[in-house]
Amino acid sequence: MYTQGLDVHSPEPPAPLDEGLLEKRFLKRVDAEEKIEPKDWMPERYRNTLIRQISQHAHSEIVGMLPEGNWITRAPTLLRKSILIAKVQDEGGHGAYLYSAAETLGVSRDQLVEQLLSGKAKYSSIFNYPTPTWADIGAIGWLVDGAAIMNQIPLCRCSYGPYARAMVRICREESFHQRQGYDLMLQLSRGTPEQKRMAQEALDRWWWPALMMFGPADTESTHSSDSQRWKIKRFSNDELRQKFVDFTVPQAKFLGLTLPDPLLRWNEAAGRHDFGPIDWSEFNRVLKGNGPCNAERLAARRSAHEEGAWVREAAMAYADKQRVRNAKIAA
Amino acid sequence: MEDKHQWPLYEVFIRSRGGLDHKHAGSLHAVDARMALEHARDLYTRRQEGVSIWVVRSTDITASDPADADSWFEPARDKVYRHPTFYDIPDEVKTL
Repeated sequence: MYTQGLDVHSPEPPAPLDEGLLEKRFLKRVDAEEKIEPKDWMPERYRNTLIRQISQHAHSEIVGMLPEGNWITRAPTLLRKSILIAKVQDEGGHGAYLYSAAETLGVSRDQLVEQLLSGKAKYSSIFNYPTPTWADIGAIGWLVDGAAIMNQIPLCRCSYGPYARAMVRICREESFHQRQGYDLMLQLSRGTPEQKRMAQEALDRWWWPALMMFGPADTESTHSSDSQRWKIKRFSNDELRQKFVDFTVPQAKFLGLTLPDPLLRWNEAAGRHDFGPIDWSEFNRVLKGNGPCNAERLAARRSAHEEGAWVREAAMAYADKQRVRNAKIAA
Repeated sequence: MEDKHQWPLYEVFIRSRGGLDHKHAGSLHAVDARMALEHARDLYTRRQEGVSIWVVRSTDITASDPADADSWFEPARDKVYRHPTFYDIPDEVKTL
């Protein structure tokens, strides 16, 4: 959300300072809650961590358009269709904000897209699950966007300026996503017995994958400590997951739906809900590319990219031609 | 390995309400300024965030270098007499 073009004008620093000293200064700035901006010195590991995280985040927004886009033509009313189109458009916008933020770190949009399409880059596993019924659209908004918000709100304060600013914009828009999803679930759960059953089944499908969105347990997470030191990550995976469970339980109760976890109960002493163990083997299976829709999602992205190639090229060719023509008229 | 077919980058500035300044909102890729404006409208003003948009090629911006920030902005630091609060005016003197 800043400009990579700015780098063109900056001369290389004449005498490179000692890396250790620079890193010390960098950490001091991070500790003081100063924002790091694109042209500031930063450790390579910080840069690479951010490129990985922001681009994965961008890819997730883009791939995330697919499971919901699947229902645009079949939304039950014109209003629901309009809402869904607006939401999917937002996801595309979020992808664009985030790609721009990643580009400020010196990686090009083409490289990022190539990493997604070649399967080299990861995106959130949640989008490798199918959306067989209309209720899945409600469950995604309520739970998947709800979990995403839980993850994203602390990122608004992350140490890297362009990422933090993109997240502020995204979080402002994300709340509508969650509320329209809950509203949809509410409508179904107050509808006919069939509609209520459809809502319950969608909840059953999405509950565990939503909990997995927070990532591996703290004891297993490989990227956490550096990210916390650098104030990219403010809370641990397990802390955020717990908060999500505590927020969601009363919301489900209000819907009259049951969370699919027989071990879920309020722990009075701890002041939080206890919940059953997560099936991490499923998480890893989906992450490694063997989820229900991994191949389908990537194939859809690849064909969209290939089929759009002529449009991108034609637009560029037209702009070049206009530039030449305008230069001639001016001459 | 910059692809020469990659659309150039534009910076987007938005005036959120009449009477306010245009403020940097973000950036986007477009083939020319007109497309950049159209994309900026779709990308940054989906919820009436603006009444006017500027776009400018990112490469056309000249920026100060953060590494020079100290020497660049330091000269203003010791000139406190540029601020009205520097002057101690007796309470008896009004409307000053």
